[in-house]
Amino acid sequence: MAEAAQQKVASAAADEVAVELSGVHKWYGSFHVLKDINLTVYARERIVICGPSGSGKSTMIRCINRLEEHQRGKIVVDGIELTNDIKKIDEIRREVGMVFQHFNLFPHLTVLQNLTLAPIWVRKQSKAEAERTAMHYLERVKIPEQAAKFPGQLSGGQQQRVAIARSLCMNPKIMLFDEPTSALDPEMIAEVLDVMVELAEEGMTMLCVTHEMGFARRVADRVIFMDEGQIIEQNAPETFFNNPQHERTKLFLSQILGH
Amino acid sequence: MAMDDVVTPRYAPGQHPALPAPASTVGVVGWLRANLFSTGPDTSLTLVPFGVAFLAAAWFGGVSIMGSIVIGILIAVGVRIVARVAFGNPVIDNTVLTIVGAIIIFLIADVLLNFTIFDAVWSASGRADCAKSPDGACWGFVTARFSQFMYGFYPDAERWRVDVTGIFAIALIVPILFGQGRIRAYAVGLFLLAFPIVGFILMYGGLGLEIVPTNKWGGMMLTLVIAMTGITASLPLGVLLALGRRSDMPAIRNLCIVFIEFWRGVPLITVLFMASVMFPLFLPEGVTFNQLLRALIGVALFSAAYMAEVVRGGLQAIPKGQYEAASAMGLSYWKSMRLIVLPQALTIVIPGIVNSFIALFKDTTLVLIIGLFDFLGTIQTGLNDNAWAAPNVPMTGYVFAALVYWAFCFGMSRYSVRLERKLNTGRQH
Ligand SMILES: Nc1ncnc2c1ncn2[C@@H]1O[C@H](COP(=O)(O)OP(=O)(O)OP(=O)(O)O)[C@@H](O)[C@H]1O
Ligand SMILES: [Mg+2]
Repeated sequence: MAEAAQQKVASAAADEVAVELSGVHKWYGSFHVLKDINLTVYARERIVICGPSGSGKSTMIRCINRLEEHQRGKIVVDGIELTNDIKKIDEIRREVGMVFQHFNLFPHLTVLQNLTLAPIWVRKQSKAEAERTAMHYLERVKIPEQAAKFPGQLSGGQQQRVAIARSLCMNPKIMLFDEPTSALDPEMIAEVLDVMVELAEEGMTMLCVTHEMGFARRVADRVIFMDEGQIIEQNAPETFFNNPQHERTKLFLSQILGH
Repeated sequence: MAMDDVVTPRYAPGQHPALPAPASTVGVVGWLRANLFSTGPDTSLTLVPFGVAFLAAAWFGGVSIMGSIVIGILIAVGVRIVARVAFGNPVIDNTVLTIVGAIIIFLIADVLLNFTIFDAVWSASGRADCAKSPDGACWGFVTARFSQFMYGFYPDAERWRVDVTGIFAIALIVPILFGQGRIRAYAVGLFLLAFPIVGFILMYGGLGLEIVPTNKWGGMMLTLVIAMTGITASLPLGVLLALGRRSDMPAIRNLCIVFIEFWRGVPLITVLFMASVMFPLFLPEGVTFNQLLRALIGVALFSAAYMAEVVRGGLQAIPKGQYEAASAMGLSYWKSMRLIVLPQALTIVIPGIVNSFIALFKDTTLVLIIGLFDFLGTIQTGLNDNAWAAPNVPMTGYVFAALVYWAFCFGMSRYSVRLERKLNTGRQH
């Protein structure tokens, strides 16, 4: 009886919507960047977003935590609709972590301070508690020994792992990644991807803009292809890579897989 | 030079140890050896003309020792220049410039030391004593007037109150400048909240202390009151104005722009004049507004406008990614400014901030024109005193003023260098 109930909860959770974009449009001045974006992301789903440069991938995921404002349509994150209400924006940002292409660590703070800042000031945790959590996540990204250093003293791969740990310290429900490996040298890409794969395997809801197709094949539940501000195609990685439907997808895939 | 003649031992590939640099290439000695004394003839080409000229000047010309040294060096350099032109002697190059520079410094030091020390009158009771050595400073004037330079017309019996305020100020400023963590935070809090009230009551009076009206305040005490108020008010005000100027809200932004551009557009001297002459016209009959307070407000707002632009420069240097990372973590606007953006922006513009502080410190001298007697003002008043009307007294007064202002400004400058170095440790990108 109890077991059946639990199963029910679990399957309900599986259908739980984490992020929903419906009919979203955005303009930069007169330039129409996002055109009628419709996308539903379920809890624990791993989504990879790809597409040519300038297609609006960054803009789309930045709308999800309101780093960019959309002008038409509706965005609901974790059950909260994004409006101009600052309280709701803050509520969403507490639950949504973001990792940037250029890490954006705070250079005037040590690694540990980078990690504990938001838990202390936003989540109101005690310093000791925040530091405990921070060390836990630093161990998970395998650089606990760097805690006392400043970001400028770390390699790119280490900095990006710190950035991931920094987001995780807020215990987010959803993680957004915007080309997390494209500013890194090849040997550092692997160490960052390993961390992301682990995170995916633990069931984190992830939206990830990346051109690492190996990563997409391995962990994505769905791959989304964008071009000129539209979602052109979305499919499970198997179908997406082996049997792309749209001409533009084929062209794009031939370009990035071709060489 | 003959470096090629040195026999270098050979090592197998990969076995070459790091060797110390040859002593002759390092330091002052190395430079002198390379440029003036590299060979026997070279050395004599330097020393012989110097010696001859020195002896000639000192013995036969009756020139002082210092003067003779200068003449000796000049002649020696002259000989070397001639040698270079005539024989293509390669040694000179930068040497000439360096030596000429050294001579100029030497001559200036000579004049300064003679005036301030060797020819100075150390104790004097009036112009007659000062006139005994008209080529030197008359420090007796400064010592006789010293307490007025410090306190202005503040009553003798009450001056201990100024001293106590000064001790409080130092007790708070030292931990602010050199302390750390919690101690420093407490000191800042006390300095901003408690100290102004305590200091005002101590110096102005009330609570049983005799009232000393501000027109009796003067000298270094007044200079420091104006400078410290200006400095402590202008930094936070400037930060707020700079943030306002970058605000998304047009009303706030425009207000800040108008404010900054207004104050930057008028000379401080005009501001002070308006504060003292025009401002009372706008007040209702019988309402008075303290002269010193007007000057303080004028100086603070004026410096805040400059400070705002310095701080804005720092804000612009912070990459957009920093703001985005802070927002993405859920930090509010004020928290991300306080914790992320301002600490970085202010660190970048420390030289500019200190520059403004130094300018402000020196600009306090302008309050003289609205009838406040600051440090420089009390010195000038002293110069008008007939009892001290000797030819060397004005120079003494101004040299003393310059030394004191220089010491304060140089102190600020050194502190900023120290602070920059401390903040930059380990933080380079
Ligand atoms: N702040 C802005 N103002 C005006 N136009 C912008 C702005 N940001 C982006 N754009 C434009 O919007 C379009 C989409 O940009 P976006 O950064 O979302 O692309 P992207 O798909 O992430 O590309 P990339 O792979 O190069 O990162 C581009 O044409 C870009 O020039
Ligand atoms: Mg992008």
